[in-house]
Amino acid sequence: MKNSTFFILILFAFIVGGSSCQSEAELNYIRYYTTGKQLYESNCQNCHGNDGKGLAMLYPPLTDSIYLKKNKNQLACIIKNGLKGRIEINGQVYEGEMPAQAKLSDIEIAKIITYITNSFGNQQGLHDAQAVNQDLKYCK
Amino acid sequence: MKNLLFIALVALITASCSHKHDKLPYLGEKELVENIVDGKTITDTVYQQIPPFQFINQDSLPVSEKNFAGKIYVADFFFTSCNTICPKMHRNMLKVYEKYKGNPQVGILSHTIDIKYDLPYRLKSYATKLGISGNQWQFVHGSKDSIYSFAAKSYLVAAYEDKADPQGLVHQGWFVLIDKQRHIRGAYDGTDATQVEHLLQDMDILLNEDEK
Repeated sequence: MKNSTFFILILFAFIVGGSSCQSEAELNYIRYYTTGKQLYESNCQNCHGNDGKGLAMLYPPLTDSIYLKKNKNQLACIIKNGLKGRIEINGQVYEGEMPAQAKLSDIEIAKIITYITNSFGNQQGLHDAQAVNQDLKYCK
Repeated sequence: MKNLLFIALVALITASCSHKHDKLPYLGEKELVENIVDGKTITDTVYQQIPPFQFINQDSLPVSEKNFAGKIYVADFFFTSCNTICPKMHRNMLKVYEKYKGNPQVGILSHTIDIKYDLPYRLKSYATKLGISGNQWQFVHGSKDSIYSFAAKSYLVAAYEDKADPQGLVHQGWFVLIDKQRHIRGAYDGTDATQVEHLLQDMDILLNEDEK
Protein backbone atom coordinates (compact mmCIF):
# COMPACT_ATOMS: atom_id res chain seq x y z
CA MET A 1 0.00 0.00 0.00
CA LYS A 2 2.72 2.36 1.07
CA ASN A 3 4.65 1.43 -2.01
CA SER A 4 1.84 2.27 -4.41
CA THR A 5 1.22 5.66 -2.78
CA PHE A 6 4.89 6.40 -3.19
CA PHE A 7 4.75 5.31 -6.83
CA ILE A 8 1.79 7.58 -7.56
CA LEU A 9 3.58 10.50 -5.93
CA ILE A 10 6.65 9.91 -8.08
CA LEU A 11 4.50 9.67 -11.21
CA PHE A 12 2.71 12.90 -10.31
CA ALA A 13 6.03 14.64 -9.80
CA PHE A 14 7.14 13.50 -13.23
CA ILE A 15 3.98 14.76 -14.90
CA VAL A 16 4.11 18.16 -13.21
CA GLY A 17 7.87 18.43 -13.64
CA GLY A 18 7.68 17.29 -17.27
CA SER A 19 5.04 19.77 -18.32
CA SER A 20 6.77 22.71 -16.70
CA CYS A 21 9.74 21.91 -18.92
CA GLN A 22 7.74 23.12 -21.89
CA SER A 23 8.29 26.80 -22.40
CA GLU A 24 5.46 29.25 -22.88
CA ALA A 25 6.49 29.59 -26.53
CA GLU A 26 6.25 25.85 -27.12
CA LEU A 27 2.85 25.73 -25.46
CA ASN A 28 1.68 28.59 -27.61
CA TYR A 29 2.87 26.77 -30.73
CA ILE A 30 0.99 23.62 -29.66
CA ARG A 31 -2.17 25.66 -29.05
CA TYR A 32 -1.95 27.22 -32.51
CA TYR A 33 -1.16 23.93 -34.22
CA THR A 34 -3.96 21.95 -32.54
CA THR A 35 -6.72 24.45 -33.25
CA GLY A 36 -5.14 25.05 -36.66
CA LYS A 37 -5.70 21.39 -37.51
CA GLN A 38 -9.39 21.65 -36.64
CA LEU A 39 -9.76 24.86 -38.66
CA TYR A 40 -7.95 23.23 -41.58
CA GLU A 41 -10.33 20.29 -41.46
CA SER A 42 -13.41 22.49 -41.64
CA ASN A 43 -12.13 25.15 -44.09
CA CYS A 44 -9.43 23.68 -46.30
CA GLN A 45 -9.44 19.89 -46.22
CA ASN A 46 -12.29 19.31 -48.70
CA CYS A 47 -10.08 20.51 -51.53
CA HIS A 48 -6.54 20.17 -50.24
CA GLY A 49 -7.11 16.77 -48.63
CA ASN A 50 -6.27 15.37 -45.20
CA ASP A 51 -2.73 14.63 -46.40
CA GLY A 52 -2.32 18.06 -48.01
CA LYS A 53 -1.90 16.46 -51.41
CA GLY A 54 -4.68 18.42 -53.09
CA LEU A 55 -6.63 16.72 -55.89
CA ALA A 56 -4.93 15.94 -59.21
CA MET A 57 -4.44 19.19 -61.16
CA LEU A 58 -7.66 20.68 -59.77
CA TYR A 59 -6.45 21.69 -56.31
CA PRO A 60 -2.75 22.25 -55.63
CA PRO A 61 -0.90 20.38 -52.88
CA LEU A 62 0.46 22.02 -49.74
CA THR A 63 3.54 19.84 -49.74
CA ASP A 64 5.87 22.22 -51.59
CA SER A 65 7.92 23.69 -48.74
CA ILE A 66 9.77 26.03 -51.10
CA TYR A 67 6.56 27.68 -52.30
CA LEU A 68 5.23 27.95 -48.75
CA LYS A 69 8.51 29.44 -47.51
CA LYS A 70 8.83 31.89 -50.37
CA ASN A 71 5.24 33.04 -49.99
CA LYS A 72 4.95 32.82 -46.23
CA ASN A 73 3.97 36.45 -45.84
CA GLN A 74 1.36 36.14 -48.59
CA LEU A 75 -0.33 33.04 -47.16
CA ALA A 76 -2.64 35.10 -44.93
CA CYS A 77 -3.72 37.19 -47.94
CA ILE A 78 -4.33 34.06 -50.04
CA ILE A 79 -6.52 32.50 -47.33
CA LYS A 80 -8.41 35.71 -46.58
CA ASN A 81 -8.90 37.00 -50.14
CA GLY A 82 -8.67 33.84 -52.24
CA LEU A 83 -6.40 33.28 -55.21
CA LYS A 84 -7.00 33.38 -58.93
CA GLY A 85 -4.77 32.68 -61.89
CA ARG A 86 -1.64 30.65 -62.62
CA ILE A 87 0.63 29.38 -59.90
CA GLU A 88 3.52 26.96 -60.10
CA ILE A 89 3.94 24.31 -57.42
CA ASN A 90 6.42 21.42 -57.52
CA GLY A 91 7.04 22.34 -61.16
CA GLN A 92 3.35 21.95 -62.09
CA VAL A 93 1.18 24.81 -63.27
CA TYR A 94 -2.20 25.13 -61.57
CA GLU A 95 -4.85 27.42 -62.93
CA GLY A 96 -8.01 27.78 -60.94
CA GLU A 97 -9.72 29.79 -58.32
CA MET A 98 -9.48 29.43 -54.59
CA PRO A 99 -12.45 30.99 -52.80
CA ALA A 100 -11.88 33.79 -50.28
CA GLN A 101 -12.38 32.91 -46.62
CA ALA A 102 -13.22 36.44 -45.55
CA LYS A 103 -15.05 35.27 -42.46
CA LEU A 104 -11.86 33.96 -40.81
CA SER A 105 -10.31 36.16 -38.11
CA ASP A 106 -6.57 36.98 -37.94
CA ILE A 107 -5.99 34.49 -35.19
CA GLU A 108 -7.85 31.74 -37.04
CA ILE A 109 -5.77 32.41 -40.15
CA ALA A 110 -2.61 32.36 -38.02
CA LYS A 111 -3.60 28.98 -36.61
CA ILE A 112 -4.25 27.57 -40.07
CA ILE A 113 -0.90 28.87 -41.35
CA THR A 114 0.88 27.40 -38.33
CA TYR A 115 -0.77 24.06 -39.00
CA ILE A 116 -0.07 24.01 -42.75
CA THR A 117 3.51 25.24 -42.53
CA ASN A 118 4.30 22.56 -39.95
CA SER A 119 2.54 19.62 -41.61
CA PHE A 120 2.85 17.75 -44.91
CA GLY A 121 6.65 17.84 -44.74
CA ASN A 122 6.88 21.53 -43.80
CA GLN A 123 8.53 22.81 -40.63
CA GLN A 124 8.43 26.55 -40.21
CA GLY A 125 7.35 27.09 -36.61
CA LEU A 126 4.76 29.45 -35.19
CA HIS A 127 3.12 32.19 -37.26
CA ASP A 128 1.04 34.18 -34.79
CA ALA A 129 -1.95 36.51 -35.05
CA GLN A 130 0.25 39.61 -34.95
CA ALA A 131 2.25 38.37 -37.92
CA VAL A 132 -0.98 37.75 -39.83
CA ASN A 133 -2.20 41.22 -38.96
CA GLN A 134 1.02 42.62 -40.49
CA ASP A 135 0.80 40.33 -43.53
CA LEU A 136 -2.72 41.49 -44.32
CA LYS A 137 -1.54 45.11 -44.62
CA TYR A 138 0.66 44.18 -47.57
CA CYS A 139 -1.51 41.98 -49.74
CA LYS A 140 -0.50 41.92 -53.38
CA MET B 1 -14.53 -32.93 -25.91
CA LYS B 2 -14.02 -29.34 -24.84
CA ASN B 3 -11.45 -28.90 -27.59
CA LEU B 4 -13.78 -30.27 -30.18
CA LEU B 5 -16.52 -27.88 -29.11
CA PHE B 6 -14.11 -24.98 -29.36
CA ILE B 7 -13.05 -25.96 -32.86
CA ALA B 8 -16.67 -26.29 -33.92
CA LEU B 9 -17.42 -22.86 -32.51
CA VAL B 10 -14.48 -21.27 -34.31
CA ALA B 11 -15.48 -22.97 -37.55
CA LEU B 12 -19.02 -21.69 -37.18
CA ILE B 13 -17.89 -18.11 -36.54
CA THR B 14 -15.44 -18.17 -39.44
CA ALA B 15 -18.10 -19.55 -41.74
CA SER B 16 -20.58 -16.86 -40.81
CA CYS B 17 -17.96 -14.13 -41.19
CA SER B 18 -16.73 -15.26 -44.56
CA HIS B 19 -20.27 -15.48 -45.89
CA LYS B 20 -20.49 -13.12 -48.83
CA HIS B 21 -23.57 -11.75 -50.49
CA ASP B 22 -23.65 -12.94 -54.06
CA LYS B 23 -26.52 -10.68 -55.03
CA LEU B 24 -27.22 -7.04 -54.31
CA PRO B 25 -30.66 -5.78 -53.29
CA TYR B 26 -32.93 -3.74 -55.56
CA LEU B 27 -33.63 -0.21 -54.33
CA GLY B 28 -36.36 2.31 -55.08
CA GLU B 29 -40.02 1.89 -55.96
CA LYS B 30 -41.40 -1.50 -56.83
CA GLU B 31 -44.57 -2.61 -58.44
CA LEU B 32 -46.36 -5.93 -58.61
CA VAL B 33 -47.31 -6.98 -62.11
CA GLU B 34 -49.44 -9.96 -63.00
CA ASN B 35 -48.43 -11.89 -66.07
CA ILE B 36 -50.08 -14.89 -67.61
CA VAL B 37 -47.55 -17.58 -68.41
CA ASP B 38 -48.77 -20.93 -69.83
CA GLY B 39 -52.30 -20.14 -68.74
CA LYS B 40 -51.28 -19.44 -65.13
CA THR B 41 -51.26 -16.04 -63.51
CA ILE B 42 -47.81 -15.21 -62.14
CA THR B 43 -47.04 -12.16 -60.03
CA ASP B 44 -43.75 -10.49 -60.81
CA THR B 45 -42.08 -7.67 -58.95
CA VAL B 46 -40.96 -4.90 -61.27
CA TYR B 47 -38.33 -2.58 -59.85
CA GLN B 48 -37.74 1.06 -60.57
CA GLN B 49 -35.68 1.66 -63.69
CA ILE B 50 -33.66 4.71 -64.76
CA PRO B 51 -35.76 6.22 -67.56
CA PRO B 52 -34.17 7.13 -70.92
CA PHE B 53 -32.17 10.36 -70.80
CA GLN B 54 -30.30 12.72 -73.08
CA PHE B 55 -27.47 14.99 -71.98
CA ILE B 56 -24.44 16.72 -73.49
CA ASN B 57 -21.04 15.55 -72.27
CA GLN B 58 -17.64 17.22 -71.77
CA ASP B 59 -16.87 16.79 -75.47
CA SER B 60 -20.20 18.45 -76.41
CA LEU B 61 -21.48 15.10 -77.66
CA PRO B 62 -24.91 13.72 -76.82
CA VAL B 63 -25.00 11.03 -74.15
CA SER B 64 -28.00 8.83 -73.50
CA GLU B 65 -28.84 5.57 -71.75
CA LYS B 66 -27.59 3.87 -74.94
CA ASN B 67 -24.03 4.85 -74.05
CA PHE B 68 -24.44 2.74 -70.90
CA ALA B 69 -25.97 -0.33 -72.55
CA GLY B 70 -24.26 -3.49 -71.32
CA LYS B 71 -22.56 -1.57 -68.51
CA ILE B 72 -23.02 -1.18 -64.81
CA TYR B 73 -22.40 2.42 -63.82
CA VAL B 74 -22.05 4.78 -60.90
CA ALA B 75 -23.98 8.06 -61.07
CA ASP B 76 -23.55 11.22 -59.01
CA PHE B 77 -24.50 14.91 -58.96
CA PHE B 78 -21.94 17.70 -58.53
CA PHE B 79 -20.77 21.04 -59.91
CA THR B 80 -17.26 22.13 -60.83
CA SER B 81 -17.03 25.22 -58.61
CA CYS B 82 -18.37 23.41 -55.54
CA ASN B 83 -15.88 23.47 -52.72
CA THR B 84 -17.81 21.61 -50.07
CA ILE B 85 -18.58 17.96 -50.70
CA CYS B 86 -17.65 17.65 -54.40
CA PRO B 87 -13.85 17.54 -54.02
CA LYS B 88 -14.29 14.76 -51.47
CA MET B 89 -16.70 12.91 -53.75
CA HIS B 90 -14.47 13.03 -56.77
CA ARG B 91 -11.35 12.21 -54.76
CA ASN B 92 -13.27 9.02 -53.92
CA MET B 93 -14.73 8.54 -57.41
CA LEU B 94 -11.17 8.50 -58.74
CA LYS B 95 -10.77 5.21 -56.84
CA VAL B 96 -13.65 3.76 -58.85
CA TYR B 97 -12.12 5.15 -62.05
CA GLU B 98 -8.66 3.78 -61.31
CA LYS B 99 -9.96 0.34 -60.36
CA TYR B 100 -12.11 -0.19 -63.45
CA LYS B 101 -10.16 1.89 -65.94
CA GLY B 102 -10.60 0.42 -69.41
CA ASN B 103 -13.24 -2.11 -68.29
CA PRO B 104 -15.93 -1.93 -71.00
CA GLN B 105 -18.55 -3.15 -68.51
CA VAL B 106 -18.14 -0.21 -66.14
CA GLY B 107 -19.04 3.46 -66.58
CA ILE B 108 -19.24 6.59 -64.45
CA LEU B 109 -21.83 9.32 -65.00
CA SER B 110 -21.43 12.67 -63.21
CA HIS B 111 -24.24 15.18 -63.72
CA THR B 112 -23.58 18.85 -63.11
CA ILE B 113 -26.36 20.70 -61.33
CA ASP B 114 -24.87 24.13 -62.15
CA ILE B 115 -26.43 24.53 -65.58
CA LYS B 116 -25.48 28.18 -66.04
CA TYR B 117 -21.78 27.91 -65.30
CA ASP B 118 -20.79 24.32 -66.06
CA LEU B 119 -20.95 24.44 -69.84
CA PRO B 120 -19.34 21.49 -71.65
CA TYR B 121 -15.99 23.26 -72.09
CA ARG B 122 -15.83 23.86 -68.34
CA LEU B 123 -16.69 20.21 -67.72
CA LYS B 124 -13.89 19.29 -70.13
CA SER B 125 -11.39 21.46 -68.32
CA TYR B 126 -12.50 19.96 -64.99
CA ALA B 127 -12.21 16.41 -66.30
CA THR B 128 -8.77 17.06 -67.79
CA LYS B 129 -7.49 18.58 -64.57
CA LEU B 130 -8.85 15.59 -62.67
CA GLY B 131 -6.79 13.41 -65.01
CA ILE B 132 -9.72 11.87 -66.87
CA SER B 133 -9.47 11.08 -70.57
CA GLY B 134 -11.65 9.02 -72.90
CA ASN B 135 -15.34 8.52 -72.33
CA GLN B 136 -15.55 5.96 -69.56
CA TRP B 137 -16.28 8.74 -67.08
CA GLN B 138 -18.89 11.04 -68.58
CA PHE B 139 -19.47 14.54 -67.20
CA VAL B 140 -22.86 15.68 -68.41
CA HIS B 141 -24.87 18.85 -68.70
CA GLY B 142 -28.66 18.88 -68.96
CA SER B 143 -31.34 21.50 -68.78
CA LYS B 144 -32.13 23.10 -65.46
CA ASP B 145 -35.76 22.01 -65.27
CA SER B 146 -34.94 18.45 -65.96
CA ILE B 147 -31.84 17.88 -63.86
CA TYR B 148 -33.32 18.48 -60.39
CA SER B 149 -36.39 16.34 -60.91
CA PHE B 150 -34.34 13.77 -62.80
CA ALA B 151 -31.97 13.51 -59.83
CA ALA B 152 -34.82 13.09 -57.37
CA LYS B 153 -37.07 10.79 -59.37
CA SER B 154 -34.57 8.62 -61.19
CA TYR B 155 -31.68 8.36 -58.79
CA LEU B 156 -33.40 9.37 -55.51
CA VAL B 157 -30.79 12.11 -54.95
CA ALA B 158 -31.88 15.54 -53.71
CA ALA B 159 -30.47 18.53 -55.60
CA TYR B 160 -31.93 22.01 -55.69
CA GLU B 161 -31.23 25.74 -55.70
CA ASP B 162 -31.10 27.38 -52.30
CA LYS B 163 -30.54 31.11 -51.91
CA ALA B 164 -29.54 30.61 -48.28
CA ASP B 165 -26.58 28.45 -49.27
CA PRO B 166 -23.32 30.39 -49.86
CA GLN B 167 -22.93 28.72 -53.25
CA GLY B 168 -26.64 28.80 -54.07
CA LEU B 169 -26.88 25.09 -54.78
CA VAL B 170 -27.54 22.20 -52.48
CA HIS B 171 -27.15 18.54 -53.30
CA GLN B 172 -26.52 15.17 -51.74
CA GLY B 173 -23.30 13.26 -52.24
CA TRP B 174 -24.67 9.82 -53.05
CA PHE B 175 -22.92 7.48 -55.46
CA VAL B 176 -25.74 5.45 -57.00
CA LEU B 177 -24.91 2.04 -58.44
CA ILE B 178 -26.94 1.06 -61.51
CA ASP B 179 -27.00 -2.41 -63.09
CA LYS B 180 -27.11 -3.35 -66.77
CA GLN B 181 -30.91 -3.34 -66.73
CA ARG B 182 -30.83 0.22 -65.29
CA HIS B 183 -32.06 -0.80 -61.84
CA ILE B 184 -30.75 0.90 -58.69
CA ARG B 185 -28.65 -1.62 -56.79
CA GLY B 186 -26.85 0.47 -54.22
CA ALA B 187 -26.35 3.98 -52.82
CA TYR B 188 -23.19 5.03 -50.99
CA ASP B 189 -22.09 8.26 -49.35
CA GLY B 190 -19.50 9.52 -51.83
CA THR B 191 -17.82 11.69 -49.20
CA ASP B 192 -17.08 8.69 -46.99
CA ALA B 193 -14.02 6.60 -47.93
CA THR B 194 -15.33 3.54 -46.04
CA GLN B 195 -18.63 3.54 -47.92
CA VAL B 196 -16.77 3.92 -51.20
CA GLU B 197 -14.72 0.81 -50.32
CA HIS B 198 -18.05 -0.92 -49.88
CA LEU B 199 -19.15 0.34 -53.29
CA LEU B 200 -16.03 -1.13 -54.90
CA GLN B 201 -16.83 -4.53 -53.35
CA ASP B 202 -20.46 -4.31 -54.43
CA MET B 203 -19.44 -3.47 -57.99
CA ASP B 204 -17.47 -6.72 -58.14
CA ILE B 205 -20.52 -8.59 -56.84
CA LEU B 206 -22.73 -6.93 -59.43
CA LEU B 207 -20.32 -7.74 -62.27
CA ASN B 208 -20.21 -11.38 -61.14
CA GLU B 209 -23.98 -11.51 -60.73
CA ASP B 210 -24.39 -10.71 -64.42
CA GLU B 211 -22.06 -13.52 -65.40
CA LYS B 212 -24.12 -16.15 -63.60
